[in-house]
Amino acid sequence: MLEIDVEKQLRDFKLEVKIEVAEGEILMLVGDNGCGKTTLLNLVAGLISPDSGRIALDGRPLYDSAFRISVAPEVRNIGYVFQSYALFPHMSVYDNVAFGLRTRKLSEQEIEFLVKDHLEAAGLWEIRRAKAGSISGGQKQRVALARALIIEPRLLLLDEPLSALDVRKQAAMRRDLREKIHSCGVPSIIVTHDLRDVACIGDRACLIEKGKIALSGEADDVIGWGAIANSDVIKPKDSTV
Amino acid sequence: MALNQVELGHTNELPGQDREAIVIPSRTKEMALKAGLGLTLILAMTFIALPVVSLFVKSPLDATLRSLYDPVVMDALKLSLMTSTLTTLTVVLMGTPIAYVNARFHYFGRDIADSLIDLPVIMPPAVAGIALLMAFGRMGILGHYLNAFGFGIAFTTLAVIIAQVFVSSPFYIRQAKTSFEDVDTAFEDAARTLGASRVYTFFHVILPIASNGLISGAIMAFARSLGEFGATIMFAGNFQGRTQTMPLAIYTAMQGDLNVSLCLAIILVIISFVVIALVKMLTRRVYKNVRD
Repeated sequence: MLEIDVEKQLRDFKLEVKIEVAEGEILMLVGDNGCGKTTLLNLVAGLISPDSGRIALDGRPLYDSAFRISVAPEVRNIGYVFQSYALFPHMSVYDNVAFGLRTRKLSEQEIEFLVKDHLEAAGLWEIRRAKAGSISGGQKQRVALARALIIEPRLLLLDEPLSALDVRKQAAMRRDLREKIHSCGVPSIIVTHDLRDVACIGDRACLIEKGKIALSGEADDVIGWGAIANSDVIKPKDSTV
Repeated sequence: MALNQVELGHTNELPGQDREAIVIPSRTKEMALKAGLGLTLILAMTFIALPVVSLFVKSPLDATLRSLYDPVVMDALKLSLMTSTLTTLTVVLMGTPIAYVNARFHYFGRDIADSLIDLPVIMPPAVAGIALLMAFGRMGILGHYLNAFGFGIAFTTLAVIIAQVFVSSPFYIRQAKTSFEDVDTAFEDAARTLGASRVYTFFHVILPIASNGLISGAIMAFARSLGEFGATIMFAGNFQGRTQTMPLAIYTAMQGDLNVSLCLAIILVIISFVVIALVKMLTRRVYKNVRD
């Protein structure tokens, strides 16, 4: 289980979020640009530090301001799919996926076995020698996901994983993405703008407004949020989920 | 151009003869502009190309080839290549971390550090030479103490390298800083989340992505150190085989055997051409990488 209870002063507002994500659960974060969604993912990944609070995974703290604990991002074992996918352009598809295994000093034999397994499952084995910069958007998305999953992460973070794809590919990818993430059985947080992503991929969803959770509920309820979110009804009454 | 468009726009409302009367002057203006630009370009190209071509035209081939075996030429060529190579290695080893820190981190006094790094570019070479002498010379601030331990720097081959490092390091550091700035921080973040330490990330992700820019900067620094004259003659002197690099040998030979001078000059021109070609090729690859 992932427990987040953090505060961070951003330029225009204060990010104050308290959420929990259960094992195997997919939490969707929705909200306007600049509302703090990606910042929250970066806080959890350890790429930036909160001002105060606590982040714990399976009961073990990743960050705890009270005890001055801050685990470095490289030892958190979190799979992170970036919005731009951040595939290393100078490496092949194979080397991108193998990167996380090489940092863990696995033998080349083990690496080859695991990479082949993941690339074949993603339908990417044929293009394993292609440079990451030269493949299509859909292939990049699958490589980024394979790279994040191969390290057997304890938590998955995905920042708008479908935004770089065209509409037709998005629809096909949603079901695929949900299946892959669920098969890992770890807590997952996905940032998105698209309410269709929430309905198709997520189990639960939170609407973030100016750094605070304005609404939360089952993913199926979210379609109704579109109308509510534009009205004055929403007030961030309770930022605890 | 905008004025011409306005004028042409009005012509729609004018009778045929009047329309022609306005259109012709605007076309003439355009042609005159093109001719003027073409002429300026040709003049500029001629101005640059003429001295270079003259070097080759005025050099008798057999005499130039014979000069290649002249001890002055050989000594200067060897010394220049050796010192420039060592300078480039020093600049790369010293400049890469500096460039990375200045590209990625904000710290107190970064602007001052940046300006200091760029200072040797605008500093007259003679000033650089005398400044180095005041720092590392026999009576210099640091040289005074080094001399007490029997370690003299001025007027040695080491002085040549120090002078070259001083004047050429900005060329590398500036280019390297830009290259590091161009590397998307998402690559670093991705590497860290995949289990890579900062050092592993630097050597396996950042450095390879920025490598074309770094190589291009190193080539520029090499070229600058190869052509260094003012600071070297002030700080290291002009001793054949010890501190007499190619530019210094050209200057010295000018007073005696012009053929030796021409031979050295031609070698430097050829090296400069190769350097420019390499830098252009690598710069194109840098931009391609950034686009991708």
